[in-house]
Amino acid sequence: MVNAKRIFADFKVFSRGYLRNKFGLFFGLIFPVILILIFGAIFSGGSSGEISVYAQNQDAGLPDGRNIGSSFLTALNESGTLKVITVDPMVNFTKYLADHSSSDGIIIPQNFSASYVTEQSVNITVYGNPTSSSSGIVSGTVGGFANYFNLQRFNATSVIGMTSATVNTQQTKYIDFLIPGLIGFSILTSPMFSLVNISSEYKKNKLFKQLSLTPLTKIEWLTSKMLFYVVLTIAGFLLMVGVGVFAFDATVALNIWLIPFLVLGPMLFAALGMLVGTVTKNPETAGVIGNIVTFPMMFLAGTFFPISAMPEYLQSFAHVLPLFYITEGLNNVMVYGNISGAIVDIAVIAVITAIIFVLAVKLFKWRED
Amino acid sequence: MLPIEVSKLQKNYGTLKAVDGISFNVKGGEVFGLLGPNGAGKTTTIEIMEGLRARDDGDVKVLGLDPWKKGYELHKKIGVIPQEFTFIEKTTPREAIIYYADLFNVKVNPDEILKEVLLEESAKTYFEDLSGGQKRKTGLALSLVNTPELLFLDEPTTGLDPNARRAIWDVIRGLKAKGKTIILTTHYLDEAQQLCDRVAIMDHGHIVAMGTTEEIIQEHGSGERLEIHGNEKLAEYIRANTELQVDYNKARGEVLIPLKKKIDALAALAAAEQSGMDWGQIQTRQDSLDDVFVKLVSEPIGEQGEIAIEYSGKKKRGR
Repeated sequence: MVNAKRIFADFKVFSRGYLRNKFGLFFGLIFPVILILIFGAIFSGGSSGEISVYAQNQDAGLPDGRNIGSSFLTALNESGTLKVITVDPMVNFTKYLADHSSSDGIIIPQNFSASYVTEQSVNITVYGNPTSSSSGIVSGTVGGFANYFNLQRFNATSVIGMTSATVNTQQTKYIDFLIPGLIGFSILTSPMFSLVNISSEYKKNKLFKQLSLTPLTKIEWLTSKMLFYVVLTIAGFLLMVGVGVFAFDATVALNIWLIPFLVLGPMLFAALGMLVGTVTKNPETAGVIGNIVTFPMMFLAGTFFPISAMPEYLQSFAHVLPLFYITEGLNNVMVYGNISGAIVDIAVIAVITAIIFVLAVKLFKWRED
Repeated sequence: MLPIEVSKLQKNYGTLKAVDGISFNVKGGEVFGLLGPNGAGKTTTIEIMEGLRARDDGDVKVLGLDPWKKGYELHKKIGVIPQEFTFIEKTTPREAIIYYADLFNVKVNPDEILKEVLLEESAKTYFEDLSGGQKRKTGLALSLVNTPELLFLDEPTTGLDPNARRAIWDVIRGLKAKGKTIILTTHYLDEAQQLCDRVAIMDHGHIVAMGTTEEIIQEHGSGERLEIHGNEKLAEYIRANTELQVDYNKARGEVLIPLKKKIDALAALAAAEQSGMDWGQIQTRQDSLDDVFVKLVSEPIGEQGEIAIEYSGKKKRGR
């Protein structure tokens, strides 16, 4: 029979031990905040966002002194997208790019102004690296300005225009997508790593055997650990959202639908950690198996980048990872406001948690035969 | 009903017969020692009695209960310190006692228990910072929380320094004085002699001797013998020139002569003097528990240097 007093007694001893261990506290609370700060800083600007590009203007200009090539480069530079660095027309441009470790470059040909005014076809050469995302932006921008200059030449205006928008009703920043992912990340790592470690260590140094000599049952022991990680997760959640909102001006929806994720999530991974620790022979093997289970989830369950950015077979794989339903659910609640989607995620997580809890308790041995 | 009744107990690990059909009883208020070298089956036996391990065959009743089937019920009535007791690192002995009291749902005065196990001074030190002896005392303190009448102590002093061992002995004597029944395992002979009313010497899963230490010495030990410090040649000389049985202990450089009559000593010494060889210190002595133990147990235990004597004349007991 499960006894609340014993669960509370065990909770008290465990949480006190945890809080006295600075290392555990760091990984439980400080590390997720550091993650938010690092990823927030990387993706939420701070830099000008302009791409530096070298340009060589070989344009000889017009007899009246006008130089269309020069105007073109000035326009590019004022676009806010590119930062044009002009290079002496006499130097070997490809060698210059290589010497400056750059793959992006623009050459305006010698007859540029003359061809422009006489309406003869002329090409701007754009150097780029197909694997680099900045090269695509450079060629796109140059192409855009070439069109603009073409239209200008004939005094024409665009017919088709474009406005930017995101799926949310409000303007959504990357940090808004990042926060649910990183919360999912901490829901996974803290209870999982801890319970793998604790359960295998307790088994090794026979602490379980000792506890089996008291009226504490293994269900009570595991329940108290789950409770502890629910509390830790909620504390971590508040810290992470706080830092996201105050440091990066994140806009996330906070409502009652988050609670099932913050409660079931740590329960699921505490039980899974216990299961790994209990079926493995020693702490070393437990650590390895724990990593094998944890690492794919860390990166492939929509924590740092959305799974839609991954190839199809990896997306299918993501759907078997329990963490996927947590990050998807958190995104549904916090970003998209899609509550019916979140309810499906909650149902899936509840079923997985129940199965893993039962398995962990069944396979977990206090005593030896 | 006796607190402990064990009959034809068997436990195998694969093909190894760890415990091979042993039987014994323990009376109320008695301190009973299971003595033997490492691997003799002591811990397996005690863990079966504690309900931590299943048995393969035989009957075990502890306080009238089957310890494996009724383990949960039994554990509320007994106190146990497992071998190499450990606890949650960042917890103090005082907190540990309160934790156990909550688990057992009993009211205790933690300071009183700490005093009983001589641990008041370290009441607020984290478990990880305690010395080996203090850790063991914490284990003793926890085993007392549910005020059990029956205590199991599995190697309570192994690995401790002499002072810490004596402090633990004092605690155990105090518990005995309170009338508690105590089962302890040890491979220290002096510990068994100091603390136990009766001991069972175990070897390779069997009990090879049982009783008070005096009874065991009387039954299995030899009578008085003369020991002469000297070399092997001296032993050969005495053997050749007297009617006496002469053994030689190489490790200690001692000639050993069992004395059937006191006068035999005179003959031996006369022969030694006659030999013209150097001979030193002489003494007569009787087998101690150490000597009996070495005789009975197939492998002398040398882990802490307790026993590592080799007798040239005596063959190790084979199995």
